Amino acid sequence: MSLPEIMLAVLWVGLTAYVLFGGADFGGGVWDLLAGGAKTGHRQRELIEHSIGPVWEANHVWLIFVIVLTWTGLPSVFAAVASTLYIPLTLAALGIIGRGAAFAFRKVSTELWQRRLFGATFAFSSVVTPFFLGTVAGAIASGRVPLGIARGDLVGSWLNPTSVTAGALAVGVAAYLACVYLTRDAQRAGAADLVAAFRRRALVCGVAVGALSAVGLIVLRADTPDLYTELTSGRALPLLLLSVVAGLASLALMWWRAYVAVRLTAALAVMGLLWGWGVGQYPAPLPGVSLDEAAATDAVLAASLGSLAVGAVLLLPSLWWLYATFQRDRGKSR
Amino acid sequence: MPGRTRDGGIEPSSGGAKVMCHGAGIAVHVLNGADLGAARMQMALSLGWHIVLACFGVGMPAITLIAEWRGHRSGDSHYRLLARRWAKAMGVLFAVGAVSGTILSFEMGLLWPGMMGVYGEVIGLPFSLEGIAFFIEAIFVGIYLYAWDRLPPRAHLLAGVPIVLAGVASAFFVVSANAWMQRPTGFQVKDGRVVSVDPWGAMFNPATPPMTTHMILAAFMVAGFGMASVYAVAMLRGRRDRYHRLGLLLPLTVAAVITPVQIGVGDWAAHAVADQQPVKLAAMEGVFRTGRGVPLHLGGIAIDGEMRYALELPYGLSLLAHWDPNAEIHGLEEVPPGDRPPVNVVHWAFQIMVAFGFALLALAAWLAWEWRRRRDLPRSPWFLRAAAASGVAAVLALESGWVVTEVGRQPWIVFRVLRTSQAVNPAPGLVYGFVLVTVVYLLLTVATVYVLRRLARDVPVPVAPQERDISGYKVV
Ligand code: HDD
Ligand code: HEM
Ligand code: HEM
Repeated sequence: MSLPEIMLAVLWVGLTAYVLFGGADFGGGVWDLLAGGAKTGHRQRELIEHSIGPVWEANHVWLIFVIVLTWTGLPSVFAAVASTLYIPLTLAALGIIGRGAAFAFRKVSTELWQRRLFGATFAFSSVVTPFFLGTVAGAIASGRVPLGIARGDLVGSWLNPTSVTAGALAVGVAAYLACVYLTRDAQRAGAADLVAAFRRRALVCGVAVGALSAVGLIVLRADTPDLYTELTSGRALPLLLLSVVAGLASLALMWWRAYVAVRLTAALAVMGLLWGWGVGQYPAPLPGVSLDEAAATDAVLAASLGSLAVGAVLLLPSLWWLYATFQRDRGKSR
Repeated sequence: MPGRTRDGGIEPSSGGAKVMCHGAGIAVHVLNGADLGAARMQMALSLGWHIVLACFGVGMPAITLIAEWRGHRSGDSHYRLLARRWAKAMGVLFAVGAVSGTILSFEMGLLWPGMMGVYGEVIGLPFSLEGIAFFIEAIFVGIYLYAWDRLPPRAHLLAGVPIVLAGVASAFFVVSANAWMQRPTGFQVKDGRVVSVDPWGAMFNPATPPMTTHMILAAFMVAGFGMASVYAVAMLRGRRDRYHRLGLLLPLTVAAVITPVQIGVGDWAAHAVADQQPVKLAAMEGVFRTGRGVPLHLGGIAIDGEMRYALELPYGLSLLAHWDPNAEIHGLEEVPPGDRPPVNVVHWAFQIMVAFGFALLALAAWLAWEWRRRRDLPRSPWFLRAAAASGVAAVLALESGWVVTEVGRQPWIVFRVLRTSQAVNPAPGLVYGFVLVTVVYLLLTVATVYVLRRLARDVPVPVAPQERDISGYKVV
C-alpha cells in the first residue's frame, strides 16, 4: 500500500469509529426526544444520560480526527468540500455546539424548566446534526463536489435525492445503534421495563433503517449510477452483502434477546455500508481527481501516520480503560 | 461588523459589489462575492471564545489536582471538597471547550479554504498530534470526572495527570500551527502547489518557542486568576471561612508565581517579533519612520501616518527591542500602505496587554509581601477587590495579546506568503453564517455563565458566619 492509501484507510477507520460511537451518542439524543413527557420519560432519559455521559467527548474526538486528517492528507479535497458545502457544515457545526453544551448543562441543572430547555436543545440538535453530516456524505458520494474552491452548487450539492436520503439514513443509523446499545445497558442496570422498551424500538427502527437502505439503493440507481453499479455488481458488492446479512442477523438476534451479540452484528451492518461506499468510490475522492494528485507530500504523510502509530500505543489502552471502567456493572455510581 | 470599513492594508475582496441597505436600524450587507470582513469577524469571535475555555482546559486540571493531592496528604477535607467542586465545573467547561474547538476546525475550511487547500498539509503534523492529545484528554476527563467512586483515591489522582499533560501539549501544538502562520518555514511552493515539506521544520519554526511558552503560561494565569476571582467575590460577600480562603489562595498562588515569568517571556516574544515581523512591531509601537534611537510610545493615536498625543520615552523602544539605545527600528514606511496592519488596533491591544500584565504583577507582589510578613492574605478589602478583578484582567490581557498577534499579521494570513483576501471562501452569503454563529455564541455565553453561577452558588451559607465546618456543603 502506498502512503496515500494508508492515509485514506486510516481516515476511513476514523470515520467508521465516529459513526459507530459518536453516531450512537446522537442516536441517544433522538430517543431522548421521543421518550415522552417529563415524568414518563424520566427513567429512559436517565439511562441515556448515564450511558453517554462519560464517553461522548472521547467519541466526539473521532470527528475532529477525521477533519484534521483530511486537511493533512488530502488538503485540496478538504478545501473543496468545506467551501462548497459550507451551508450544511455550518449547520452541523451549530448542531454540535447545541448538542454538547446542552447535554453538559442539563446534567448539572436541577430545575425542571432548565432541564426541559437544555434537554430539548440536546435532543433537537441530536437529530439535526447527523442529518446535515449525512447530506455532506451524500454530496461527496454523488460526485457533486468538484475540485477547487467553492466550485460546486452551494445548495444543489447537498439538497438532492442522494444527499437527503443519506441524511435520513444517518439519523436512522444513529438511532438504531443507540437503541441496540441501550438495550444491553438497561439490562445491565437491571431495568426490565426499559429493556423491553428499547428492544421494541430496536426492532421497529431496524426494519425502518433496512427499508430506508433499500430506498437508498433505488435513489442511487437513479441519481448516482456509478456508485450504484459498484455496489451491486462491482468491487463493493461483498460489503453490501455483508451489510444486508448482518442487518438481518441483528433483527433476529434482537428478537431472541441476544443483546450482546446484536451489538456486533449491528456494527457490522453499518460498517458494510460505510466501507461499501468507500470501496465503491475509490480511487477518486472527488470527480476526476486521483488519490495521488490529491494527497499531501510523502514527508507529511509519513510524519503524521508515524505520529498516529506512536499515539495509538498510548490511546488504545486508555480507551480500553475508559470503556472498561464504565461498562462494568454500575453500583452507586454517578 | 455592519458598516465596518476595510482600512489600513486590507484589500477589498475580489468581485464583491457591496450594497448597504438599512432595515430596522441595522446595516445589512448584500454581497455577491466573498465577504472577507464577516469571515474574519467570525473567526475572531470563535477563536476569542474558545481560547478562554481552552485556558481553563489547560490550567484548571492542574490546579484541581494540586487541591486533590493536598487533600490526600493533609486529610483536610476542605481541599477534597474544593477539588470535587472544581471537577464539577470542569465538566461543563470541557464540554463547551470541546464543542467550540470543533467549530474552529470546521471554520478553518469553511472560511479559509484558500489557505487550507494549499498549506493544510504543512500544518497537518501539529494538528495530527493535537488530535492524539485531545483523545488522551477526553478519555481521562471521562475517567476523572465520572469515576470518583469507582477508583481508589491514588488511581483517581493519577488519572488526572494525563489531562494536564495533554492540555499543555494541545496548547503547544495548536499555537505552533499559529506560529507557522507568523513565521512560515519548512516548505517549498511551485506554481501554487506545495512541492516539498519538512513537517518538523514547519512545526518548530522560529516563532514557536516564545509563542507557545507565552501561551501556556497565559493559560495558567487565566485559570488561576479566574478561579481565585470566584472566591474573592464570595469573601467580599462575607463568606470568610477556611473553605473560601483556600479556594482563593491556592489558584491565586499558582497564578502569582507565574506572572513575573510571563512578563519575561513576553519580552522574549517582543524580541522575536522585532526580528521576524518588523512590520508588526512597528504597528505595535506606532513607528512610522525607520530610524535609530527610537522612543517608546505610551498611549497615543495614529492619525495620517503620525503618532499623536503619545507620551514618549526617549530611546525606549530601541532599548527594549534590541537592548541598545541606538538600535535601528524599521518603520511602517518600509512597506506600501496596502501591506500595513491597522496601527491603532494593534498599538492599543499591545498597550492593554502590557498594562494588565504589570497590574497583575503588582497584585502578585502584594500577596508575596504580606505572606512573607504575616503568613496570611493581605487584610485590606482592596486586596479582595483586586483579586476579584484579576480574572477579568487576565482574560483581557489574553485576548488583547491575540489581537496583537493576529491583527498585526494582516494583511497576510500566512505572513508574506498568502494574503487573507486570497484565502477566504469566495462563496456568497458568509455574512449570514456570521450572524447565525454570533447569535448561537451569545446564547451559549448566557447559558454557560448562568450554569456556572448556579454551580458556584450551590454553597449554603453557614449558619454561624464564623464557622469552620463544611459538613453542610454539598458537592452539588
Ligand atoms: C495573561 C496573559 C498575558 C500577559 C499578562 C501578557 N501577555 Fe503577551 N500575549 C499573550 C498573553 C499575555 C497571548 C494571548 O498568549 C499571546 C498571543 C499570541 C501569543 O503567543 O501569546 C501574547 C502575545 C504577545 C506578543 C506578540 C507575539 C507575536 O505576535 O508573535 C508580544 C510581543 C507580547 N505578548 C509581549 C508581552 C509583554 C511584553 C508582556 C508584559 C507585560 C505580556 N506580553 C503580557
Ligand atoms: C493555532 C491557533 C490559531 C490559528 C491557526 C488561527 C488562525 C486564524 C485564521 C485562519 C484567521 C483568519 C485570517 C486572518 O484574518 O488573518 C485568524 C484571524 C484571527 N484570529 Fe487567529 N488563529 C489562532 C489562534 C488565535 C487565537 C487563540 C485567537 C484569540 C483571540 C486568535 C485571534 C484572531 C483574530 C482576532 C483574528 C481576526 C484578525 C482580523 O480580523 O484582522 N487567533 N486566525
Ligand atoms: C485554529 C485554532 C484552534 C483549533 C482548530 C482548535 C481545535 C480544538 C478542538 C477540535 C477541540 C476539541 C477537543 C475535544 O473534543 O476534546 C479543542 C479543545 C481544546 N483546545 Fe483548541 N483549537 C484551536 C485553538 C486553540 C488554542 C490557541 C489553544 C491554546 C491554548 C487551544 C487549546 C485547546 C484545549 C486545551 C482544548 C481542550 C479544552 C477543553 O476541552 O476544555 N485551542 N480545540
